Amino acid sequence: MIPELGHYALVLALFVALVQSVPPLVGAATRNGAWMNVAVPAAIAQMLLVLLSYAALTWAHVVSDFSVLNVVQNSHSAKPMLYKVSGVWGNHEGSMMLWIVMLTIFGAAVALFGRNLPPTLKARVLAVQGLIGVGFLLFILITSNPFIRVIPAPIDGNDLNPLLQDPGLAFHPPFLYAGYVGFSMAFSFAVAALIEGRVDPAWARWVRPWTLAAWSTLTMGIAMGSWWAYYELGWGGWWYWDPVENASFMPWLAGTALLHSAIVVEKRDALKSWTILLAIVTFSLSLMGTFLVRSGILTSVHAFAVDPKRGIFILVLLAIATGGSLLLYSLRAPTLKAGGLFAPISREGALVLNNLLLSTATATVFIGTLYPLFLDILKLGKVSVGAPFFNATFVPVAIPMVIAMVVGPYLSWKRADLGAALTRLWVAGVAVVAAVAVTAYVKAGSGPLLALVGIGLAAWAFVGSLVEFADRIALFRTSFKNSWNRAVHLPRSAWGMTIAHASIGLSILGMTGTSAWQTESITAMRPGDRASVAGYEFQFDGVGLVDGPNFKAERGTFTVTKDGQRIATLEPERRSYSTTRMTTTESAIHTTVFSDLYVALGDPTQNGTAWIVRIYHHPLVPWIWIGGVGMMLGGLVSLTDRRFRIGAPERRRAAGKTGGKSAPLPAE
Amino acid sequence: MRRLLYLLPFLLFIGVGIAFYLGFERDPRDIPSALIDKPAPTFDLPAIPGQMVQGQPAASGLSSAKLAGDVTLVNVFASWCIPCKAEHPVITRLSREQGVTVYGINYKDKPEDALTWLSRNGNPYAAIGADQDGRVSIDWGVYGVPESYLIDRKGRIRFKHVGPLTPQVVEEQILPMVKHLRQG
Repeated sequence: MIPELGHYALVLALFVALVQSVPPLVGAATRNGAWMNVAVPAAIAQMLLVLLSYAALTWAHVVSDFSVLNVVQNSHSAKPMLYKVSGVWGNHEGSMMLWIVMLTIFGAAVALFGRNLPPTLKARVLAVQGLIGVGFLLFILITSNPFIRVIPAPIDGNDLNPLLQDPGLAFHPPFLYAGYVGFSMAFSFAVAALIEGRVDPAWARWVRPWTLAAWSTLTMGIAMGSWWAYYELGWGGWWYWDPVENASFMPWLAGTALLHSAIVVEKRDALKSWTILLAIVTFSLSLMGTFLVRSGILTSVHAFAVDPKRGIFILVLLAIATGGSLLLYSLRAPTLKAGGLFAPISREGALVLNNLLLSTATATVFIGTLYPLFLDILKLGKVSVGAPFFNATFVPVAIPMVIAMVVGPYLSWKRADLGAALTRLWVAGVAVVAAVAVTAYVKAGSGPLLALVGIGLAAWAFVGSLVEFADRIALFRTSFKNSWNRAVHLPRSAWGMTIAHASIGLSILGMTGTSAWQTESITAMRPGDRASVAGYEFQFDGVGLVDGPNFKAERGTFTVTKDGQRIATLEPERRSYSTTRMTTTESAIHTTVFSDLYVALGDPTQNGTAWIVRIYHHPLVPWIWIGGVGMMLGGLVSLTDRRFRIGAPERRRAAGKTGGKSAPLPAE
Repeated sequence: MRRLLYLLPFLLFIGVGIAFYLGFERDPRDIPSALIDKPAPTFDLPAIPGQMVQGQPAASGLSSAKLAGDVTLVNVFASWCIPCKAEHPVITRLSREQGVTVYGINYKDKPEDALTWLSRNGNPYAAIGADQDGRVSIDWGVYGVPESYLIDRKGRIRFKHVGPLTPQVVEEQILPMVKHLRQG
């Protein structure tokens, strides 16, 4: 009964979504207030219905209702509760449900908090959101219905892919999807603005918080995915340039560009049509990510759910959403009024450079990911593009990007003095030289030359961003109390930028460290054997058998010591899942913030008395993800900036001091 | 002229959209091979340097002489190839439970990486040849890794699969073919 309720709620949500889109569009065109206002209750009702439907599906998974096909295919009565809940979105149908849940939450948020939006813009934004909802609800109901029953019901289910039964991956999709879907807000605002024919700083001030929120969650989602790959999939690799990874990385790159170009629209009323285009492209890349993952058009290790029929449907959706909006763009964008002028060397100029480099990076990843497909269609042969291509093309674009990232915030709007900016960066320059010199001395030439470039770049990004912040609060140039006061009163967006930019430095540090200086030992070890890696002693104490809820495992025990001091006990496992007949390796990791000790248990040797044991020392690797979390925090701090808070401009006006229009708060 | 510039994103998208559509009609795994029903190329590959077999350094790698006799599967793999990791359980089951002898060609790999990979994931191969410069793989017509070739008792290539083997391919194509070839 409960799955039927969920199914019914989903069908109802489809019709509510139609009500959310058609009347408001007509109303906005004919200036009919009542028709426009329909969008608000409709958006809220759609969210409630979709949530109800999602709750029904979750219920079926939690109580292991094996009369529902989706539960049979992806669950098992012995599966731990965490994975029963996360298993709801661990499969195709459920993940699409999660997608639409996120979409309607964002839509309802605009309906509830968008009180001071111009009424026609609000109606059109909600209508476009409604249309996206219509597309995806149709997709779920027609090709991917999660509520289909099986009769007779089997006794137990097939279980979820064991690789996905992992806490890191359990929460990876919700973050990723919140990011993907969050960009739909920027898209809806862009399309609404094109229909309106007007883009102004107020519009940008509305788009930026949504983009920031989406970007922050996407950053987190990608970081979690990479962390999972690090400890579950590989042997310390943290990024594989796999098509599905690229599919999430492209919207991130384009979204980063959007984030920055929206600043120019907001502060200087320039780059308008470019920003609109970026908003469309970013969401289209998110849709394409969904398409690439679901269609099986590219081969990938992530091909957990592949079905060409669904791919065709998503392709049609993509054609309508992207094709339609780009056509609208080509008709309306030329009529947008151009805004403020600026010299090439200026804050705007720096942000344009950032946008050019980020777009190039996006295009690089795009071409690398789709090149095999294009060649195949043109009958020029089959190829696979791997990490060497991306490393050779992406890194040269990323290096100037990071260098410019630090200089940009020193430049003033309209026209700036590059020489003066660089002089103020002398501290960062000294830091780079020191970091490279120390590294070269300590490592005495081990590791590639590129590693020194990486260390220098990390120091530049980290120190340069902090120096800029110190400069703003006049640290050491005035009393400490005075600086403190300045810091407290700096806009949160300035704080956010410093945190995010400095965090990029931390991530680069981690990437460089582990790529250049990891050490490893692979040996057959008998209980009692010792191995020594990077100054740590590993004693192998033996292997025991462990019963898990839906697997059996061999668990090895290792005691790690350094200079006679006990550091940690590591217990790597080899698990065999009986239902899916798959084996997974659960590596054991001890982290000291500055490095990871990583132990994995391999096959027993022929006579069964020894095991192949792999021990790794990954220097600096945790900083990749610390940096990722830092970037997300930067985004969230920036999101709390006063000017984004609802009604903040209104209150200022009510106070009567500033008078006139709701002027943006000065950032400096 | 300026209007055309604004139309450019739309036109680019049309191109990409058409490519996606045509992509459906092509299976990325469906690659013609000129070598079907031809004898497998003659080759003699050394073992992966450092590889141990039952506590001894592996004496020989893989050569065409080993292929004749029984129906065998030759699988081209590399430690740097992620789909290879995905197909590994399938290969393992094929060799350990479904009774098909599987030989490996280790394609353009560093020996230490390949050995790490095998120790981590298990070694289902009856013998492995290390093709470090990829010359032999060119003779086989290898487009990319992973690829698998089914060889009949007379040493002829009878079937080729590009991309990771899935349980479905094994059940529907490889096992019936093996059965047929063993009878024939």
